Amino acid sequence: MNLTLQIWRQNKPDINNNGNYQNGEGKMTEYKVADISPDMSFLEMLDELNEDLLKKGDDPVAFDHDCREGICGMCSLYINGQPHGPESGTTACQLHMRSFKDGDTIYIEPWRAKAFPVVKDLVVNRSSFDRIMQAGGYVSVNTGVTVDANEIPVAKTIADEAFNMAACIGCGACVAACKNASAMLFVSAKVSQLSLLPQGKAERKKRVERMVAQMDEEGFGACTNTGACSAECPKDIPLSSIARMNREYFEAKITSNNV
Amino acid sequence: MQLDSKVPEGPLAEKWNKHKFDIKLVNPANKRKYDVIVVGTGLAGGAAAASLAELGYNVKAFCFQDSPRRAHSIAAQGGINAAKNYQNDGDSVFRLFYDTVKGGDYRSREANVHRLAEVSVNIIDQCVAQGVPFAREYGGLLDNRSFGGAQVSRTFYARGQTGQQLLLGAYSALSRQVDSGKVKMYTRSEMLDLVMVDGKARGIVVRNLINGEIESHSAHAVLLCTGGYGNVFFLSTNAMGSNATAAWRAHRKGALFANPCYTQIHPTCIPVSGGHQSKLTLMSESLRNDGRVWVPRTKELAEKVRSGQLKANDIKEADRDYYLETKYPAFGNLVPRDVASRNAKMACDDGRGVNKEGQAVFLDFRDAIKRDGKDLISAKYGNLFQMYHKITDENPYEVPMKIYPAVHYTMGGLWVDYNLMTTVPGCYALGEANFSDHGANRLGASALMQGLADGYFVIPYTIGDYLARMPYDKVATDHPEFKKAEQEVKDRIAKFVGKSEGTKTVDEFHKELGKIMWEYCGMARNTEGLTKAKKMIQELRADFHKNVKVSGGDKEFNQTLEKVMRVADFMELGELMVDDALNRSESCGGHFREESQTDEGEAKRKDDEFSYVAAWEYKGENQQAELHKEALEFENVKLTQRSYK
Repeated sequence: MNLTLQIWRQNKPDINNNGNYQNGEGKMTEYKVADISPDMSFLEMLDELNEDLLKKGDDPVAFDHDCREGICGMCSLYINGQPHGPESGTTACQLHMRSFKDGDTIYIEPWRAKAFPVVKDLVVNRSSFDRIMQAGGYVSVNTGVTVDANEIPVAKTIADEAFNMAACIGCGACVAACKNASAMLFVSAKVSQLSLLPQGKAERKKRVERMVAQMDEEGFGACTNTGACSAECPKDIPLSSIARMNREYFEAKITSNNV
Repeated sequence: MQLDSKVPEGPLAEKWNKHKFDIKLVNPANKRKYDVIVVGTGLAGGAAAASLAELGYNVKAFCFQDSPRRAHSIAAQGGINAAKNYQNDGDSVFRLFYDTVKGGDYRSREANVHRLAEVSVNIIDQCVAQGVPFAREYGGLLDNRSFGGAQVSRTFYARGQTGQQLLLGAYSALSRQVDSGKVKMYTRSEMLDLVMVDGKARGIVVRNLINGEIESHSAHAVLLCTGGYGNVFFLSTNAMGSNATAAWRAHRKGALFANPCYTQIHPTCIPVSGGHQSKLTLMSESLRNDGRVWVPRTKELAEKVRSGQLKANDIKEADRDYYLETKYPAFGNLVPRDVASRNAKMACDDGRGVNKEGQAVFLDFRDAIKRDGKDLISAKYGNLFQMYHKITDENPYEVPMKIYPAVHYTMGGLWVDYNLMTTVPGCYALGEANFSDHGANRLGASALMQGLADGYFVIPYTIGDYLARMPYDKVATDHPEFKKAEQEVKDRIAKFVGKSEGTKTVDEFHKELGKIMWEYCGMARNTEGLTKAKKMIQELRADFHKNVKVSGGDKEFNQTLEKVMRVADFMELGELMVDDALNRSESCGGHFREESQTDEGEAKRKDDEFSYVAAWEYKGENQQAELHKEALEFENVKLTQRSYK
């Protein structure tokens, strides 16, 4: 296959060394790649491009990737207007070139959100997600002070639903897909997992309050229930998790343990 | 150098308890006076950083990824072993211990493995308390499965994503400590050197991968939890960023490297297709519970399959060679990983491989689907079938899968004593980065167990014994030793930056190294090949330093520079792996020396000569490493020849 690529190139980071926003001066740049095998993964196609660029003495395209099997959540490409590209339930690293046709033009951009500043080209900084998790995405239990695992029975249906929520890989596709750059799907997945399980009940009010507050502080937008996040989620986290988080949040606000 | 394993005296089952009592403690009020650096945030590092911070130590944690949650532990699929005996099927701490020593082909330290089996039960309790959603039965209690040919059901799992769920558990504990201010987290920071002051590990030098700044961090102890070195082979199931640099740099500073030749080649991976491939994908070996492995009986038939004239489904029953079932009637398709891998290689070497490259065998579910129905097979393996379909564009419900072995795990690693300390005082190695528990071959579902055991339940005790003897004084990062180490790192970087005139890319060199390793230090090894490989690696390394092409500068986000630094260390480690493989002229576990096999072509150990840990000392650039031996003594298990007939 021969393809034309339109790739976002940005040399200067959105945030300078002093922590302030600056104009990264990025722009779309055209590249051609030839003899691409349909069996290649999308990232291997980019590898080929980068090898070519490197040999020509040009700067390769920076993009995040690591496990290349759809589980680490590192890859973050906005392909032809969709996070992780055209296939549903698939990360960019699992996307194969057979999803495209010879002669296609493919547009590749980074996640776009104020809370995900661009580091270089297609690489963004998602530390805001870590800070939301630090605000309460855990059960407060120290190593060693635990009871036997089978002393905490969990109904299979509840455990399975908790697992569905825990499947989130923290890639940020939900934010990239959302016209408001909202992080509700990401936050609600963790809130759901821990409020479903008995282990997470003691802290459920404080958790949802703090995580939502941190989400707002990071500059993510509000949710307007369009559902793009769930439609584009590579792990199929359902929209119902947002509904669950909203219920958790209202209940916490009404009956809060925090003053 | 005399290697002291520091294994406590006394009966096996009492050693760990006794040791916990005998070692020194740090007073709770004094813990805040000690700083600990943890490099890597996978199961071992994440668990260690969180647990040490909970105890009151000041922890600085580092990872090269953009978030600690992305460490490669996340990709583990199958499960985690624990001697809970919830199934009432005869499991016990002693049985898990015994299976692990035997599975490691009698090349691991008894006391370490027993401790691992003991704390395995605590790991499950800990993870459940954190909210890890393990699979459950309808009664609400935890489910188990049998894994990797074990005769008991002791494997806990969370669908095919156990590693992800355990890692997110450790990540949540770590996040809580970051929130409490006891852990300072440094992401996109790569350790490039270990700093020694007065003979002790006192800090690290890292490169900030976003802006390229070289930074020093000082502490009272350094924990390397940086995973394995499977990416020496270029193609492996490891993540693209997985590397050996932290461990290798510690090795160059005096930490001995143990058993580097012990690598695990996993039998059920999706085969290589073409030169563009960047990594290999593992398919859980649970597939071998129902899939049947075969190749065509003759070369002629295989050739027709390769050229597309003949479809697998059209091959008559009599023309199919179910070689594992024929050769190993007792275990059949469930033989251990090393045996399954070697036999796949033999079939392909025999000219009976079934993909274009001739490097694949069939894993066929036709009979299982006929027997159990498509629905049941789908319930068991649906996600794996889907993954296979997505990658290969072939539907495994209709045509047999094609599989081939791939590098998956490295049992070798930094030598550590019973306290997990390397031969550098104050420098510890945890998880896959150390050599300690799996001997020459790791059993399925034991990697997650070891990573978490080291991080949650071993290091929080053993580090106290060292720190309690340390003065509180901190070393400032403007100490001459830090400045010296920083300068060395800068010089190393400077050698590569601006090499835009080079002739070959980093990946091209890395692929060449991988080919040498796979060909001569892969599934089967011999004196002639290894001798040749050593020379080839030396030549390749010289060529690499002269001709590698690197673009961009050092004071910026530069992924080519990151890669070239890692590959430079692989070029040195690769040679040490060959040295070790050459020295060990016996076959054991994942290390198969063609000169040492039984009449039936199985791995043959030489217990009289090789019941030892081979620990290598760095002697300088392009100098021959020196071998030290730690004798292995077996008082509780009986050494036997493994047989799966």
